[in-house]
Amino acid sequence: MAEQIDRELTMSRAMVEAIATEMRENDEVFYMGEDVADYGGIFDSTEGLREEFGYDRVMDVPISETAYLGAAVGAAQEGMRPIAELMFVDFFGVAMDQIYNQMAKNTYMSGANVSVPMVLTAAVGGTYNDAAQHSQTLYGTFAHVPGMKVVVPSTAYEAKGLMHNAIRDDDPVAYMFHKRLMGIGWLPAPDGPKTPVPEEEYTIPFGSADVKREGDDATIVTLGLHVHRALDAAESLADDGIDAEVVDLRSLVPLDTDTIVASIEKTGNLVVVDEDYRSYGVTGEIVASVADEALGALESVERVALPDVPIPYARPLENEVIPDAGDIENAVKRTQ
Amino acid sequence: MVTPSELKQMYLDMATARHYEERLQEEYLEGKQPAFDISAGPIPGELHLAAGHEAAGAGVCQHLRDDDTVTAPHRPHHVAIAKGVDLKRMTAEIFGRETGLGKGKGGHMHLFDPEVSFACSGIIAEGCPPAVGAGLAAKKRNTDSVAVAYLGEGAIDQGAFLESLNFAAVQDLPVVFVIEDNDWAISMPKDRVTDVENGSDRAGGFDMPGRRVDVDDAVAVYDAAREAVGRARDRNGPTLLEIQVHRRMGHFMGDPETYRPEEDQDAAAGRDSIERLVEDLRAAGVDDAEVDDLRAQAEARVEEAIQWAKDQPEPDPAAAHDDMWINPGSGVTDTEPDFDLAGGDD
Ligand SMILES: Cc1ncc(C[n+]2csc(CCOP(=O)(O)OP(=O)(O)O)c2C)c(N)n1
Ligand SMILES: [Mg+2]
Repeated sequence: MAEQIDRELTMSRAMVEAIATEMRENDEVFYMGEDVADYGGIFDSTEGLREEFGYDRVMDVPISETAYLGAAVGAAQEGMRPIAELMFVDFFGVAMDQIYNQMAKNTYMSGANVSVPMVLTAAVGGTYNDAAQHSQTLYGTFAHVPGMKVVVPSTAYEAKGLMHNAIRDDDPVAYMFHKRLMGIGWLPAPDGPKTPVPEEEYTIPFGSADVKREGDDATIVTLGLHVHRALDAAESLADDGIDAEVVDLRSLVPLDTDTIVASIEKTGNLVVVDEDYRSYGVTGEIVASVADEALGALESVERVALPDVPIPYARPLENEVIPDAGDIENAVKRTQ
Repeated sequence: MVTPSELKQMYLDMATARHYEERLQEEYLEGKQPAFDISAGPIPGELHLAAGHEAAGAGVCQHLRDDDTVTAPHRPHHVAIAKGVDLKRMTAEIFGRETGLGKGKGGHMHLFDPEVSFACSGIIAEGCPPAVGAGLAAKKRNTDSVAVAYLGEGAIDQGAFLESLNFAAVQDLPVVFVIEDNDWAISMPKDRVTDVENGSDRAGGFDMPGRRVDVDDAVAVYDAAREAVGRARDRNGPTLLEIQVHRRMGHFMGDPETYRPEEDQDAAAGRDSIERLVEDLRAAGVDDAEVDDLRAQAEARVEEAIQWAKDQPEPDPAAAHDDMWINPGSGVTDTEPDFDLAGGDD
């Protein structure tokens, strides 16, 4: 019998707890980002760390993403364990070369003689009308280039275990946390991401998707915020007698195709839900992966994602493009 | 020398901008209190207000024409007002309404008014290269229009800014870079992230003049900008201007500013470029009654714009899918020519 855990944390507290533990145990772990020191991270990703570890290890950096993300690559190659934050994932463009051409490629180009043990943390996601340049998830963009592990926690429990694994991993890891899930006072989280979290250290392996709800009629594959929206959809589908399974990917690279395929072999119906753009992204990739491995088991396929438009500002427009529980419900019904 | 009518125009712009920000603050906080929830209330999303920055908007834009391009960063309203952006449609955009400048698609950080060549955007320093491009177009077309890129002092460490300085300098482009130094980049004080005290010193590395205006005095800004804009218009190349302003409010609405010493907040509140300009107006022979009248005009204009905006319809959700392309997806044609690409005789 597993022990019963009573303590509940918000996702941000769980993420910070893992970082603090690693920093206590290893002097070579440090955090760089804008407004991570006194402010504690705009989305609470470093809340309290500067107070414990000081400015040298919780470093406010110039608004120079190319320089400090590239510096994280360099320090990692020296053997340190930097964590560098993109305040919003949308700012990746400023430093795309460092991310795409160094962080992701140096291990391979060196024949694995060089390692880049860094973590790139990035706040992702919309739902609060921050418009086209501050609302994207860009999951597909990060998962597309070979060479970075890409993880997306959906609850506090995952946030902690994935962060421990990310810091200890000898490869570069992009850790993409959804703003709406962090449990920030001014950006209220839905029910769900605040979960029991063990006090002790634990690691969650990458490439292990989690079945968050079991069901026989359809498989909803999703990640991040949309795990919770899918669970809401599944609840109301249950009222209509439709039993949906919800698979939380937890990492995009590596991708746990086995868990998805096992579910599809049971349900036959695949609904992929993503908060990234529809084309050339996560939904297409999951569908293709399932088709590769289990085409015969597939009876129907639905994709629920952002239409291919930048994320608009006004509330009715943003609501139109970001999938909600109703959109997921409808997609599942179409498979039945 | 600045003329009394120019002083009055600057005062109008600045009083409008200040009242605008104070009123937007009220409107924005409605529905978001007592517990601040960013996604509630009539104005959605983030809101960066520029109270305390007014002199930098008015003093520079006073020298600009409608065909001169301005790019502004995430804190754009005072510049937009001084540049003559349509206040009603800008306000409707901020309220996310259908008749807003971008039909509710852009929002407060992404305002575009091509009628007066104004645009702003939210990624630090990203407005600099497009301003250089506007200068390049002016040079290639042999016109005398100029471009101005506004940025915060926190943006002077960004590649897009430094690369733009060099490109503008080597091409002798009619561009003025305006740094608004409010001492803070969100919670980061200037000296924590930049080793030069004055952003204007960056100019030296790019062979262009750099000038700093140490107080947010609209007339001093006006004087410095006259030289910089004049230099650009006369095709003598770019200038880097830095203006000391101050942040009277949080970085964004809802910012608890717990990182900011109270003295600093008080000092910012105690400096007021608008009051300073009133003294200049008096010295130029404009009496208090006229100043009061200008202020009343400014306030009335703001109230009218806000009321108008609130009366506008919200966009139809289906409109989210429109406006992706100017041409249809197929481009300028939907038929492919029928060439015989095999060639030869048979
Ligand atoms: C490339 C990029 N990095 C970070 C941010 C987040 N951000 C928004 S405003 C800001 C501070 C800007 O400071 P400054 O340039 O001094 O302008 P101010 O807000 O003081 O007017 C930061 C870091 C961003 N928008 N773009
Ligand atoms: Mg600043």
